[in-house]
Amino acid sequence: MSTVSTNAQTRSWWRENQQKLTPYIFLIPGIIFFMVYVIIPIFESFWLSGFDWDGLGDKEWVGFANYQELFDDEAFYTSLKNNIIWLVLYMLAVPAGLGIAIFLNQKVAGIRAYKSLFFFPFVISQVVVGLIFAWFYAPNFGLFYKIIEWATGSGIAILAEPDMVTYGIIAAGLWPQIAYCMILYLTGLNNVDPEQIEAARLDGAKGLKLLWYVILPQLRPATFLAVVVTVIGALRSFDLVSIMTDGGPFGSSRVLSFYMYEQALSEYGYRMGYGASIAVILFLIMMVFISGFIWKMIDDERKGS
Amino acid sequence: MFPRPIQQRSQVAQVGYQVLLPIALILWLLPLIGVAITSVKPASDLASGNYFGMPSSLAFSNYADVFTGSPIGQYIWNSFKVTIPTVIGTLVLSCLTGFALGIYKFKGNILVFFMFVAGNFVPFQILMVPVRDMTVNLGLYNTTTGLALFHIAFQTGFCTLFMRNFIRALPRELIEAARVEGVSEIRIFWYVVLPLMRPAIAALSVLIFTFIWNDYFWATVLTTSAETQPVTAGLYALNGQWIAQWQLVSAGAIVAALPPVAMFFLMQKHFIAGLTLGAVK
Repeated sequence: MSTVSTNAQTRSWWRENQQKLTPYIFLIPGIIFFMVYVIIPIFESFWLSGFDWDGLGDKEWVGFANYQELFDDEAFYTSLKNNIIWLVLYMLAVPAGLGIAIFLNQKVAGIRAYKSLFFFPFVISQVVVGLIFAWFYAPNFGLFYKIIEWATGSGIAILAEPDMVTYGIIAAGLWPQIAYCMILYLTGLNNVDPEQIEAARLDGAKGLKLLWYVILPQLRPATFLAVVVTVIGALRSFDLVSIMTDGGPFGSSRVLSFYMYEQALSEYGYRMGYGASIAVILFLIMMVFISGFIWKMIDDERKGS
Repeated sequence: MFPRPIQQRSQVAQVGYQVLLPIALILWLLPLIGVAITSVKPASDLASGNYFGMPSSLAFSNYADVFTGSPIGQYIWNSFKVTIPTVIGTLVLSCLTGFALGIYKFKGNILVFFMFVAGNFVPFQILMVPVRDMTVNLGLYNTTTGLALFHIAFQTGFCTLFMRNFIRALPRELIEAARVEGVSEIRIFWYVVLPLMRPAIAALSVLIFTFIWNDYFWATVLTTSAETQPVTAGLYALNGQWIAQWQLVSAGAIVAALPPVAMFFLMQKHFIAGLTLGAVK
């Protein structure tokens, strides 16, 4: 008898409060997972960067010694410099993607198939892209090598030249990234307001002027997204470096993400603390961009609601 | 429409465009076409210097060699063992979080939302050492389960962003009407909102499938042996073994790329809808 009445009580209590409680109950599993695997590890990495640790034995507190070492580390500066080159050159994906999108934004027979095939490089994994370009650049018989040889008389083994290797890898990375930006712009172009274009055309605007003053402002959401994914892609570049050169020759194609991995898990011994300090630097660089993006998203959110 | 439709231009321009399209496509896919041709060349062609010409005969045996001479079948199976649980786990978690953040107004809503969004942007390296350490301590290091658990957690960030924005765009009257009828919140989720989320679920399943299938970094950090490694990490190992046997490397690369490619062509509409979310207002 008593259990029945408590049951009824909890039930009515639940009924009254369910609108308040449901969101928390629904959030709990997702938040726990995300906290444990993403948010807490960020702080742990900051903490670990103050230790000398091989991943197995005791941790030894060394304060800022890892960072001090970093600032005298030639390889760190090479990686940092390469990251900047990546960031700058990767941005080419945005205008290039826009260019291809404009080229393909027509209604002719078979255009849908063309659009999907142009998008194709984005679907395949970066490991496969890396292998494809390693073959493309291969000395003596690679297609690229042959073309250069035909044009200049002597071929270049891009991936073996310390001065050129990073550019070679970036070119491989641009291939899927341009495809991604293209699909964003194709969707954007599909949704521009035809009346505004007609009005501008009646006023005599055409070509680049029309693009710059009428079309691009309407494509702003697509441009924002393209810039976000491209910046993140540039700073996350790891797969291609690992597959195509393993950081070489002589470490000249390392980027921070790769150098961090190398230090923390290389065959020369695990330096988890030192690796964590490199990760912290990369994270801080990324934070500059992330805060910018988030700030803009919050701003849009306020305007939207 | 921008640019001006080609049909409104001269006959010459129209023909020119039709000719230019396939040429541009071939140039764009040139590296891929090269690898596809290499993958069906007999080894003797490569040995005799026939790198670009047509294969002297079609050697589909390269593909058979890849499967019999390497653990690629196992690698692919491992990839499925990581990818499919990740897709399911992520969808379950993000349907819940997306519903909570998209429907209810409560203190901290926007804060929790932006925690998911921001976490989704961080460089993987800042998570690497602690996640690896935790996976080792859980006894899940070098298992597909350990890898899938991490992926589920990380992808929940992106999927929450997606689901929440999708649910916010649903007509609120439906939910209000159900509440007036006295339908409980959990039933609203199950019978009213979830059926409407089908397009979002479809879009996310193809996207997550592709992202996880193509993941290489976490595969190398959390798995080490042929019994557990997904095909991306496996391909790296095989590339080391098959030095200069480009016909095998090419065939292996194509096999590894096939599942996401098939997924893309089968569910293209959903894939692109997912990827371009937010590209238009």
